[in-house]
Amino acid sequence: MSPETMELFRYFIIFIILIFITGVYCILVSFNLVRVLIGLEILIKAVTLLIILAGYISGQVALAQAIVLTLIVIEIVIMVVAGGVVFWAFKYTKTIDPRRLSNLRG
Amino acid sequence: MITLDLILLSILLLFVIWTVMTVRLVHAVVGLALTSAILAVIIYRLNSPLAAVFELSVCSGLISVIFITTVSFTQRISKERFIIRRRERLLRFLYLPFIIIVAGWLLIKYLRIPQFSLPSAASVTDARLVLWHLRHLDLLGQVIILIAGVFGVVVFFKETNK
Repeated sequence: MSPETMELFRYFIIFIILIFITGVYCILVSFNLVRVLIGLEILIKAVTLLIILAGYISGQVALAQAIVLTLIVIEIVIMVVAGGVVFWAFKYTKTIDPRRLSNLRG
Repeated sequence: MITLDLILLSILLLFVIWTVMTVRLVHAVVGLALTSAILAVIIYRLNSPLAAVFELSVCSGLISVIFITTVSFTQRISKERFIIRRRERLLRFLYLPFIIIVAGWLLIKYLRIPQFSLPSAASVTDARLVLWHLRHLDLLGQVIILIAGVFGVVVFFKETNK
């Protein structure tokens, strides 16, 4: 691998780790289910970038794109169903604060 | 070339931080859409145009619509509660910029990637051919996941007869 590609790889990895930290922080600190979903979305974005970068570095761009397409489909389904869960939780409890959703606590 | 990539990555990180730290949910959703748009540009620059188009249309467009729809169902809070909420959020998210700066500095200083051997470049260079011929089980998985998602939505939004 050329030194320039290596340097590019290093910078991308640094930024991917920083985006991942931001997403994890958002999930840990938020008291709002929509914001938790946004944090999850940010984590998925970091993973998407990592897969595309791996494909670019290894010369397997087509394979990386195919995997990312599958990832995007899974992401959509997760967001739609999780959005439904949030809507349902708000409809029946009038809150999207996970601290107040304590009906299932056992 | 690396300079442009660095600028794009910096803009991406700024949008991500803004998405997380902004008080209004609608602003956060707009920030997420902008993040997806910048990510699509970066993906396009990494020789993956098909994934970039999907990222732009689906993640930046469709997911924003889903989030906006979800947010529109929630109630708008009063101005007094908004001010209290903003102060609470500021206290909770105060550490994030410092964590990002410290983590970034540590990674720039200490992260060294060892040399590794790469596999030979793929013979098939079209993502559609890979999806149809090499990863066809992925397509089956995608269909199953989509059907599961449709069932999930039907169950959530089913009108019950009283």
